[in-house]
Amino acid sequence: MHPILITIIQRLLLGLLTLFFVSIIIFSSIEFLPGDFTQAILGQAATEETVAAFRRELGLDQPAYIRYFDWIGAVLQGDFGSSFSGRNSSGVDRSRAVIDLVAPRLGNTLFLAGMAAIVSIPLSLILGITAALYRNSIYDRSVNALTLTTISFPEFFLAYLLILFFSSLWPVFPSLANVNIDTSLGERIYKCVLPALTLTLVIVAHMMRMTRAALINLLASPYIEMSQLKGISKAKVILRHALPNAWAPIATVIAFNLAYLVVGVVVVEVVFVYPGIGQLMVDSVTTRDIPVVQACVLIFATTYILLNLTADIIGIVTNPRLLHPK
Amino acid sequence: MSTERDKKGDILLEMKDIRVEGFSDERWHKIIKGIDLTLHRGQVMGLIGESGAGKSTLGLASMGFTKPGCKITSGSIFFDGQDLIKANDEEKRMLWGTKIAYVAQSAAASFNPAHRLLDQTVEASLNRNLQTKSVAEADARNLYEQLQLPDPNNIGDRYPHQVSGGQLQRMMTAMAMSPRPELIIFDEPTTALDVTTQVEVLVAMRNIVEKFNTAALYITHDLAVVAQMADVIKVLRYGHEVEEAKTREMLVSPKEDYTKSLWSVRSLEKPESPSDDFVISINNVDAAYLGGSKVLHNVNIDIPRGRTVAVVGESGSGKSTTARVITGLLQPITGSVYFNGEALPPALKDRSKEQLRRVQMIYQSADTAMNPRQTISEIVGRPLEFYHSLYGTQKQERILELLEMIELDESFYDRFPGELSGGQKQRVCIARALAADPEVIICDEVTSALDQIVQEGILQLLLRLQQEFNITYLFITHDIAVVQAISDEIVVMYQGAVVEQGLKSKIMSPPYPDYTKLLLKSVPEMDPNWLTNLVDKRD
Repeated sequence: MHPILITIIQRLLLGLLTLFFVSIIIFSSIEFLPGDFTQAILGQAATEETVAAFRRELGLDQPAYIRYFDWIGAVLQGDFGSSFSGRNSSGVDRSRAVIDLVAPRLGNTLFLAGMAAIVSIPLSLILGITAALYRNSIYDRSVNALTLTTISFPEFFLAYLLILFFSSLWPVFPSLANVNIDTSLGERIYKCVLPALTLTLVIVAHMMRMTRAALINLLASPYIEMSQLKGISKAKVILRHALPNAWAPIATVIAFNLAYLVVGVVVVEVVFVYPGIGQLMVDSVTTRDIPVVQACVLIFATTYILLNLTADIIGIVTNPRLLHPK
Repeated sequence: MSTERDKKGDILLEMKDIRVEGFSDERWHKIIKGIDLTLHRGQVMGLIGESGAGKSTLGLASMGFTKPGCKITSGSIFFDGQDLIKANDEEKRMLWGTKIAYVAQSAAASFNPAHRLLDQTVEASLNRNLQTKSVAEADARNLYEQLQLPDPNNIGDRYPHQVSGGQLQRMMTAMAMSPRPELIIFDEPTTALDVTTQVEVLVAMRNIVEKFNTAALYITHDLAVVAQMADVIKVLRYGHEVEEAKTREMLVSPKEDYTKSLWSVRSLEKPESPSDDFVISINNVDAAYLGGSKVLHNVNIDIPRGRTVAVVGESGSGKSTTARVITGLLQPITGSVYFNGEALPPALKDRSKEQLRRVQMIYQSADTAMNPRQTISEIVGRPLEFYHSLYGTQKQERILELLEMIELDESFYDRFPGELSGGQKQRVCIARALAADPEVIICDEVTSALDQIVQEGILQLLLRLQQEFNITYLFITHDIAVVQAISDEIVVMYQGAVVEQGLKSKIMSPPYPDYTKLLLKSVPEMDPNWLTNLVDKRD
């Protein structure tokens, strides 16, 4: 088998192991959350017996390790359990499966993240490459200054600025991105323009600057001087000689920002009233809806691990020393 | 085949009163201070001088190119009738890679690790649409064959890290040759190679330049190498031209004192004297680095007292590892080191201060062997405190004595290493070793980083100290000229084993074991016919 394949399989297994430890951390940190779902629902007046009975019904009377294995065992079979909310002490169970709560929200989040990524990744690569090409020119400085400005503002501020300009003063896009399951694709895209634009402005600077730095770092290499002395044009020197050696750091920073698009966009969701997974998690934490919180955090962790794994693999396969061993 | 081609064409490159400045330490420094250079079609000119002479800068300037931070301030450059000073970047770019090609010193760093060798070889030709891809690639394979690269039809499919340094260097010559340039700049192309590899590369480069009647500037600090390659030699120093003459004339009768001094280290020769009184004996030593395979195989070396034993061999032959075993930095797997007949403890930490004192080391790079934040007196004074418990005025007097021994005056007492030249730094390192009053000094490539003249000074100093204090040297080097100059005995190493040991006269004369023969034959000689004769003998 090709040694690269072996390395990739090793990384995948390591990723799984990491995920296992993360699941333990998620479970135990929720154990340490102050407050208790049963008391929150039943209120101060509830008798000890009612509380105990309710706890028994939810399985909260079991020791932690048993609850952990029950939970993780079910998760491995695709069952994230059912939400706590919708239940009460009366014994009427109107709770919904966690998966039914989380899945549409996750879909929405991935849609918005996808929109932002499709715009921001090519944009930051182009800006980074051109900035490296014309480094220290007016263009380079303006791009740097502009992207730095957008990253320096808090994201809610950017969001409100965009709403002010594009919904109030010059009303072309809606300020509310309240999509639901019946919204058509076209309308979805239309409604998501402003939130996606906000996210783009937040992440472009980071990716663009990393691309520029990775390229400029390589421009001092003897093989770049060699390609200049071979009469290769500036643009080709960057694209053919520098870029192929710069993918590893660029992939890392892109993965990092993609992960942010999935797990870190609560504020933007709130501003645009967008039903994403971030909001769902915040709501569930407030209501102590443990199964939902656990499912969300596990999804976030998986996203991080998968994206970083992808970046690692890109780093490996773009390194000819690893791809074509002696 | 003759190196000197008399049927020169018309003028290809003409540079007049070139001045180049470089920016460092917040100000502009003059690098080239007004040099004229005229090169005819098909002519090979050697540019020679010590480091800092401006050879590479001048070579690059002939393309109208300067390194970042440098600029051509005045003068004129005409290449094939075209004014390169007036030409804009685009016009110069049209010449580079097609009419003028460049071959760099470090082939390993000058090939892009991300692309196959064949693609890089033909890149310049395809870039200008000089040839179609298939024609250019077929031609490249043909060039590989002429440059005697193994498996010429397939080697181009490899990546740079998959071939050896000598192969890469020939590959770069093929890359330069692909568009059939009028002029190739060779910038120290064999400096990073072992002598045995260097010969192959020199032969290949010379043949191909001759075959296509390409003009070349051959930049090097090695006079013997340039004698094989060039029709004309230009000697540079401190950015000025010292002299220029046809190769044979220059070798026979150099005019300037400076040029004569470039020969001097090769005329230094110490008469050998045999001895059976061994100060160090290395017995049956096998050694390996942590987790690695064996790098020394059953090494036996006897070092006679008050003599110089030179250890020669190419990189990776185990020379430095042997030194590490003697000093205790590396514990041997089996075997031991005897000092005056007593076995030394294998590990450094088990050796007594007295045992440590007797063996001192001097390193190749004096720069990194000294703490840049300590003054010379602190550097030299430390072993005086450590081994001899000298303090105060006693120590001060001894430091001044040591400085005198290494021919530096007392003004150096309070100076820092950064204020010293390369040769002066190496002298301080010698003083530091002497401060311990050692019986043996191990010199690991101590002159490799120095220019010829400075080298000679250091070698003479070492010889004088040996006579005065009866010091024993173990001299590790790959430079046969240095070996000739200072050794009594020679140890030849190859792939971690001793090929032979004996008196200089014995090793340097037949019959030779195969490897010694190859090594000795590969050392370039001043004779401009040397390479030609070597090739002829082979056929």
